[in-house]
Amino acid sequence: MLLNFQSFLQSKSLQYYFDLVSVLVAKELKVRYKNSILGYFWSLLNPIALAIIFYFVFKVVMRVPIENYSFFLVCGLFPWQWFANSVGSSPMVLLGNASLIKKVNFPTYIIPLASILNDAVHFLLTIPVILIFGFLFKVTPSLVYVWGIPCWFVAQFFLTYGLSLLFSSINLFFRDLERLVSLSLLLLFFLTPVFYDLSLVPKEYHGIIFLNPATGIIIGWRDLFMKGTFDVGLYFVYFFYSLGIFFVGFFIFRKLSPRFAEVL
Amino acid sequence: MQESVVIFERVTKSYPTYTYITAGFKNFLIHLPKSLKGFKKRYTVLRDISFQIARGECVGFIGRNGVGKSTLLGLIAGVLKPDSGKIVVKGRVSPLLELGAGFHPDLTGRENIILNGVLLGMTKAEVKAKLDSIVEFSGLKDFIDQPIRTYSSGMVARLAFSVIAHLDPEILLIDEILAVGDVEFQKKSFQKILEFKEKGITIVLVSHSLDSVVKVCDRAIWLENGGIKMDGKAKEVVSAYLRS
Repeated sequence: MLLNFQSFLQSKSLQYYFDLVSVLVAKELKVRYKNSILGYFWSLLNPIALAIIFYFVFKVVMRVPIENYSFFLVCGLFPWQWFANSVGSSPMVLLGNASLIKKVNFPTYIIPLASILNDAVHFLLTIPVILIFGFLFKVTPSLVYVWGIPCWFVAQFFLTYGLSLLFSSINLFFRDLERLVSLSLLLLFFLTPVFYDLSLVPKEYHGIIFLNPATGIIIGWRDLFMKGTFDVGLYFVYFFYSLGIFFVGFFIFRKLSPRFAEVL
Repeated sequence: MQESVVIFERVTKSYPTYTYITAGFKNFLIHLPKSLKGFKKRYTVLRDISFQIARGECVGFIGRNGVGKSTLLGLIAGVLKPDSGKIVVKGRVSPLLELGAGFHPDLTGRENIILNGVLLGMTKAEVKAKLDSIVEFSGLKDFIDQPIRTYSSGMVARLAFSVIAHLDPEILLIDEILAVGDVEFQKKSFQKILEFKEKGITIVLVSHSLDSVVKVCDRAIWLENGGIKMDGKAKEVVSAYLRS
């Protein structure tokens, strides 16, 4: 497929490649935002509702010792939603386009790409809400955002795309993968410091939490938005971790993609 | 004799019998010994097939269900890979999609034209340049800004065919599509196919409607038991097929 990919880039222009992605992303966005403003609120509703529930359970009932807890939650939940929505829907994306894959010879890895870019756009649109929370908690936006946001975005993109490639292709061969993925996402959510802080976790469990590729990214986003800091060391560790997962997903997808039309 | 644009040389294609795999991990593990056997067992659809299609030729494939007609189109389109043998295809291949594939019901006709056109290989600019002519051809001008979920299935077919008609394909693959839309539209699409033919576009048709094979194609190939049973003039092959 690498060879395919090269000949593809040569035979059809990059313009076409770009058009393909943009048309597919625009399709989903148009469908969701048909009733313009309402669509935006619907995509905010889920993470906000989660934030309210967690706030009630952990701040009001259990009284976790974390300051500015609602702001803290929003900083972690919004990026988590992008990750969880994209990875959670990935097992079905190829199945949903079966009739296309069976007939048209086009680069299939565009399909999961369009799906995660669609969720990425929603996430980017929720960043202003995070900034509003910051304003309410008297955090002034920092210049670090200018490069911090793109950096963490790219790291999360590779992680999300890699897992999407992996699950979307394997699910064609093992159709019950979807259940395992949604279960794993639930487990992963509790192993990610989204609604708790790492400082509350006993030292002996730090290893397992840091092994989770989403951990560094969530901590990164939160430090960025709450403190205006960017930990270069943390970034590079999790950037390369994500890149590694991306390559694993990409190679497995590449290996399986010639067989897609056979099993759909 | 024109230059060959589709060449099959001793092509064999088999499918895996993935029953226990596609049933999921659970079934795979429960039936582990059988599942592992299933990996090796394959079901051969086409065996050692060789033929050539010249530029501008119009060839129909006929045969019983499951004989590998659609597989053949998949191989030409390049979405399926052969187990062995060589396939050469020269030129841009455009498949005619099933009804509404690559369309989104909530988008308008116009938006769907762009989506479908790009999926089938045009750039956005190319589709936009042809947009008016596509709308014109479909005869759906009054509905073009309505979401296509409000269309009848015949209208969707018209839209889909109108996009294909403007693709400028070099090799057109048609899998059972001529029987859609109302009589007027059927005539129109039939006309368009004949127009394609006159322009010298190579057409490969798979159909159960022997009538349309005779009408459109010069040549027909009859597939049976994974091989070619007969290859010749459309009329002769179809009448032989009917007698069998």
